[in-house]
Amino acid sequence: MGVAMTTGLMTGAQSLIRSLEEVGAETVFGIPGGAILPAYDPLMDSTRVRHVLVRHEQGAGHAATGYAQATGKVGVCMATSGPGATNLVTPIADAHMDSVPLVAITGQVASKAIGTDAFQEADIVGITMPITKHNFLVTKAEDIPRVIAQAFHIASTGRPGPVLVDIAKDALQAKTVFSWPPVMDLPGYRPVTKPHAKQIREGAKLITQAKRPVLYVGGGVIKSGATAELKVLAELTGAPVTTTLMGLGGFPDSHPLHVGMPGMHGAVTAVTALQKADLIVALGTRFDDRVTGKLDSFAPHAKIVHADIDPAEIGKNRAADVPIVGDAREVIADLVQAVQKEHSEGHKGDYSSWWKDLSRWRETYPLGYDQPDNGSLSPQQVIERIGQLAPEGTIFAAGVGQHQMWAAHFIQYEKPATWLNSGGAGTMGYAVPAAMGAKAGIPGNTVWAIDGDGCFQMTNQELTTCALNNIPIKVAIINNGALGMVRQWQTLFYNQRYSNTVLHSGPEDVNPDAKGTRVPDFVKLSEAMGCVGLRCERPEDLDKVIEEANSINDRPVVVDFIVHEDAMVWPMVAAGTSNDEIMAARDVRPDFGDNEDD
Amino acid sequence: MSKHTLSVLVENTPGILARIAALFSRRGFNIDSLAVGVTEHPEISRITIVVNGELTRLDQVIEQTGKLVNVLDVMELEPDARIIRELVLVKVRADNRTRSQILEIVQLFRAKTVDVSPEAVTIEATGSGEKLSALLRMLEPYGIKELVQSGAIAIGRGPVPLIDRRPRPATLAPWAAAIA
Repeated sequence: MGVAMTTGLMTGAQSLIRSLEEVGAETVFGIPGGAILPAYDPLMDSTRVRHVLVRHEQGAGHAATGYAQATGKVGVCMATSGPGATNLVTPIADAHMDSVPLVAITGQVASKAIGTDAFQEADIVGITMPITKHNFLVTKAEDIPRVIAQAFHIASTGRPGPVLVDIAKDALQAKTVFSWPPVMDLPGYRPVTKPHAKQIREGAKLITQAKRPVLYVGGGVIKSGATAELKVLAELTGAPVTTTLMGLGGFPDSHPLHVGMPGMHGAVTAVTALQKADLIVALGTRFDDRVTGKLDSFAPHAKIVHADIDPAEIGKNRAADVPIVGDAREVIADLVQAVQKEHSEGHKGDYSSWWKDLSRWRETYPLGYDQPDNGSLSPQQVIERIGQLAPEGTIFAAGVGQHQMWAAHFIQYEKPATWLNSGGAGTMGYAVPAAMGAKAGIPGNTVWAIDGDGCFQMTNQELTTCALNNIPIKVAIINNGALGMVRQWQTLFYNQRYSNTVLHSGPEDVNPDAKGTRVPDFVKLSEAMGCVGLRCERPEDLDKVIEEANSINDRPVVVDFIVHEDAMVWPMVAAGTSNDEIMAARDVRPDFGDNEDD
Repeated sequence: MSKHTLSVLVENTPGILARIAALFSRRGFNIDSLAVGVTEHPEISRITIVVNGELTRLDQVIEQTGKLVNVLDVMELEPDARIIRELVLVKVRADNRTRSQILEIVQLFRAKTVDVSPEAVTIEATGSGEKLSALLRMLEPYGIKELVQSGAIAIGRGPVPLIDRRPRPATLAPWAAAIA
């Protein structure tokens, strides 16, 4: 143990900050308060840990998530006990759904007061049990370094996920001896990364025997850093690749083998490819209901090869013919070798007739949108142009709703970790703080938040944090004056009764004069928070405004794009229906030439 | 639907029962009974869980439980390879007329009388769930005043203990190993 060290007496709080320095936590997002206060004193002196003072703990959590998704490192957030800790619940649940390596550190009331309903006491370990990969309550100062080491280890290995460390105030105040590295004690934690050779051979055999295979690729491929291996596998086999919402950027959008995103709002080609496939090779993905639609009619002809690092995901929703437990990078690398061996023995898949179908669907049903006929801005065009005018290496973070789906469709993702969003949890308000976290982690790259006006009103206070901490993100508010995705469902399924989805006016019987007002005025609001505020309302101004936003790099920029409110996200598979019922556009059911199908 | 008996080896740490209960509740798994106690290794506890469920669902129960960081191992004990026992304490109404009949039933089931008073006898019985149900059916006509039942505990047949896969030694994280 070369640089193993033991120091003299210090407080638990000092040992916490020393531990964070040793595990390489460079940036912590948080807000102090009573129970965590002892930790903030030594934090002030740390030269290796930068603390970003956010305006709401939810912002701290999503910022840590954005930081982790963009950098691949563990994101760290910190809050005090009680309400500080409970405000972290949403981002922790969000990170859990999307397997983001996150460590949340919370102060807890003194150990003797635990259980007495003390001031600002909340059982945050109990509350977060179902939404963390693991959590700890620390009541002794000497346990702090070991628990922090274990928390970072658990968060970042195996299937990544959030870990919460709740530390009693007296443990932070007590004197202890700091020694590093601590010995970890995790006898029950043994993630499997090396796939089973026999399963790999079975998988490779099925790939070469298939007539209509699809590589169905999820976020696990990005997390394991397997994009290079995936490209080799795809080009070796010639099989089409579909990347899920969490997997976008795991395979280049522009690659000829890429058939788009699957799912409820997936590309017609990707959705149909899965439905008609005779083999699905699922890599680091979990057959989420937004991908499968009605499960019992999903991909009825397909055999399934399912590779995931989490054994509990395999067979959870769809039974696997060949289950493979392992890290996506090792799995794909091994599959490449096994497929090469099959090829050398003369077994090579012939997918030419499959590609005829795929190409026909791709030509007939490309992603697209109509320009509004009243001269207003089309939200899809705004997002498409932001993507086209973005500098090399731009990272995009989206909120949740229509703008998220359009950002998934109309921006080209060529590299991993350039697309951040809340996939599993669907957390509105994710974009601004996540963009802040990404920019703090990778300051050299442009970061655009693509947000809706509904989402923006949930977490925009973090723009103050950005302005004051030199984190110059760019925010595009796709402002249609409504909760657009909910409004779309009301248009399609609730007879155009727009119950409580209008944001730019109050109820007509309460305040008839408020209709169509711009309350709040996002330009003024952004300026008040120290940002540059811009507005764009006409298609002819679009490029100029985007270029202006791109040219400002010393302050955050917010652009209020006033877009046409009736735009809808297409294609769409209505909730609870089969993927066979996909609609390419309103009232347009694709013609797959079903009668020539076997 | 069928019953399955799981043996779960866990670190003997506070909160582990809450973690298992939270997991079962969140995933919608039904627990028939649950019993917990320390093993021959004081740092390891053993939880016996009887669940009701289809086989695919059972795989999910096992995999999800196995993912808990404090869980060392989860195994199903198959009916023909295990011995399973529950304990009941039952207070039965008894008078001078019925007491001897009740004591006869107690003998037939190899149960024990642990307390007697003029109006009641208290019986202790162990056995499989089926045996105890049969005992209770026999006692029912006399009037069951109070019934307490334990969860099932189970052990595998043969000489090999379940803890043949001992917890692995403490590990260093990759970055910690790099420092060292």
